[in-house]
Amino acid sequence: MTRRRREAYLGYALLLPALVVFGAFVFYPLGRNIYLGFFRNPPFPNLPKRYVGFDQYGEVLGSSDFWNSLKTTVLFALYTVPTGIALGLGLAVLAHQKLKGIAIYRTIFSSTVATSVAVASVIFGTLFNPQVGLLPSIGISPNPPILDNPTWALPAVALVTVWQSLGLTFILMSSGLQAIPDELLEAAAVDGATPWRRFRQVTLPLLTPTLFFAGVVGTIFAFQSFGQIDLLTQGGPLHKTNVLTYFIYSELRLHSNPGTAAVLATALFVITLALTLIQLRFLERRVHYVR
Amino acid sequence: MSADRAVRLTLRYLVLTLLALIVLFPIYVTVVNSLLPGADITARPPKLFPSNPQWHAYADAWSDGHLGTYLKNSVIVTAFIMAGQLLFSILAGYAFAFLEFPFKRTLFVVFLATLMVPLEVTFVANLTTVTDLGLYDTYAGLAIPFLATGFGAFLMRQAFLQVPRDLHDAARLDGYGHLRFLSRVAVPLARPAVGALAVFSFLSAWSQYLWPLVVTKDDRLRTVQIGLKQLRNTNIDHVNVTFAGVVIAALPLVVLLLIFQKQLVRGLSAGAVKG
Repeated sequence: MTRRRREAYLGYALLLPALVVFGAFVFYPLGRNIYLGFFRNPPFPNLPKRYVGFDQYGEVLGSSDFWNSLKTTVLFALYTVPTGIALGLGLAVLAHQKLKGIAIYRTIFSSTVATSVAVASVIFGTLFNPQVGLLPSIGISPNPPILDNPTWALPAVALVTVWQSLGLTFILMSSGLQAIPDELLEAAAVDGATPWRRFRQVTLPLLTPTLFFAGVVGTIFAFQSFGQIDLLTQGGPLHKTNVLTYFIYSELRLHSNPGTAAVLATALFVITLALTLIQLRFLERRVHYVR
Repeated sequence: MSADRAVRLTLRYLVLTLLALIVLFPIYVTVVNSLLPGADITARPPKLFPSNPQWHAYADAWSDGHLGTYLKNSVIVTAFIMAGQLLFSILAGYAFAFLEFPFKRTLFVVFLATLMVPLEVTFVANLTTVTDLGLYDTYAGLAIPFLATGFGAFLMRQAFLQVPRDLHDAARLDGYGHLRFLSRVAVPLARPAVGALAVFSFLSAWSQYLWPLVVTKDDRLRTVQIGLKQLRNTNIDHVNVTFAGVVIAALPLVVLLLIFQKQLVRGLSAGAVKG
């Protein structure tokens, strides 16, 4: 066997374990979801499922439940992503100064990384609780209670999400800021630019790759959020927090309807993919990369 | 220092401290409430300092709330996932960085494409697969879909590309095979990336929620994130126990992140700054 041939075999052998996992649990389920969507589950268990072609796709994707869920998911992303980035950037800028003890503040601002979605949800869920919660006890007690309130439930879940991901956003923004050469800002200061102008005209443009990354990843994360919904609202009240992931989960687990769940999961995949591609195309043009 | 500068400096610290307090407040309240006697939690105005700390809520959460079991499960599953991700990422990263073979670029794109297919999409079909494999309600079932990661392979490839080619050629001349070069030279040189990947993979495996929720129904196999849900549902009247459980569940991550802050920052910003 030639050396080149041996090298090629070794290459494939090293990739094989990962490829097997990806094949079985990433690519195969994509196809399997599409296939499962062709079958309607019987109204009673133990009856055979029935092949219905694209009928189920049409029904599910045309239903008002689906469109409401999609609207909720988009709203949730709009509540969480821009707010999260703005707060993370603000904290990062404030912590990016040479002050004694600044390391302590940096640790505190990144501290929510140590929480998980479940930890954050249980903390806030208890604070919101009308009987034992802190918020009601200081007078913030709308009727119906926050998490049962059609107006406030989604913003409340968004607040939990923003707080939980704040540490991560802060770390991202801070490392973006650290990559900006100090000389550039000093030169601008020598030219008489005010701090605000320096931020607008030097920092922000140079930070666009980081902001861009945070925007893309944040939106994708928002579309995948599930734990906070399951722990705080279970999709309610009045379906006001029924985001796509929770909709899929409830069709599968609570209504034992894998056919519908598969159609919805396929839709979520197409949406996530489209979002990534659109953001890559449009945002990339306005991004300044440091070479 | 002029008076003007002193005022400005004080102002800066004031703003920073105020923001730090806001960020920390939910965590602070959690710790305080875990130590308050039951009746004090609903006190109005709320008690913000435990004058008579009650530690038994922690014991209750650990034993009656089964957090000990849940933590053990999380540790086992997380260790499995980390081991798989590290090993398979190092192997794949090495192949992409040091070896030449047909369809290398295509395969690399396949690895990156996996990043666009989240578990929230695949779990419906994966649940059928895992059940068919007889792994429903097992540790293996909890870990198996996550044993490889496109992100990890990408990170390791980037790190291995930094290893000087000359070193590779010299080692080959000295009779080092690829696998020996990988374990003796490449991995030690790429230690920072391995560390970053380890922390990143711990963090994501430890925090998982959806998959452990759907792939287990046996309470003895619940991971700590799902355990929190059980704990909350069964302790409506003992909020201090729930709060103690939250603290116990978060503690391993807090300790880990305080020790490995640098690796975490490197791991998280690997994709961002380099563009």
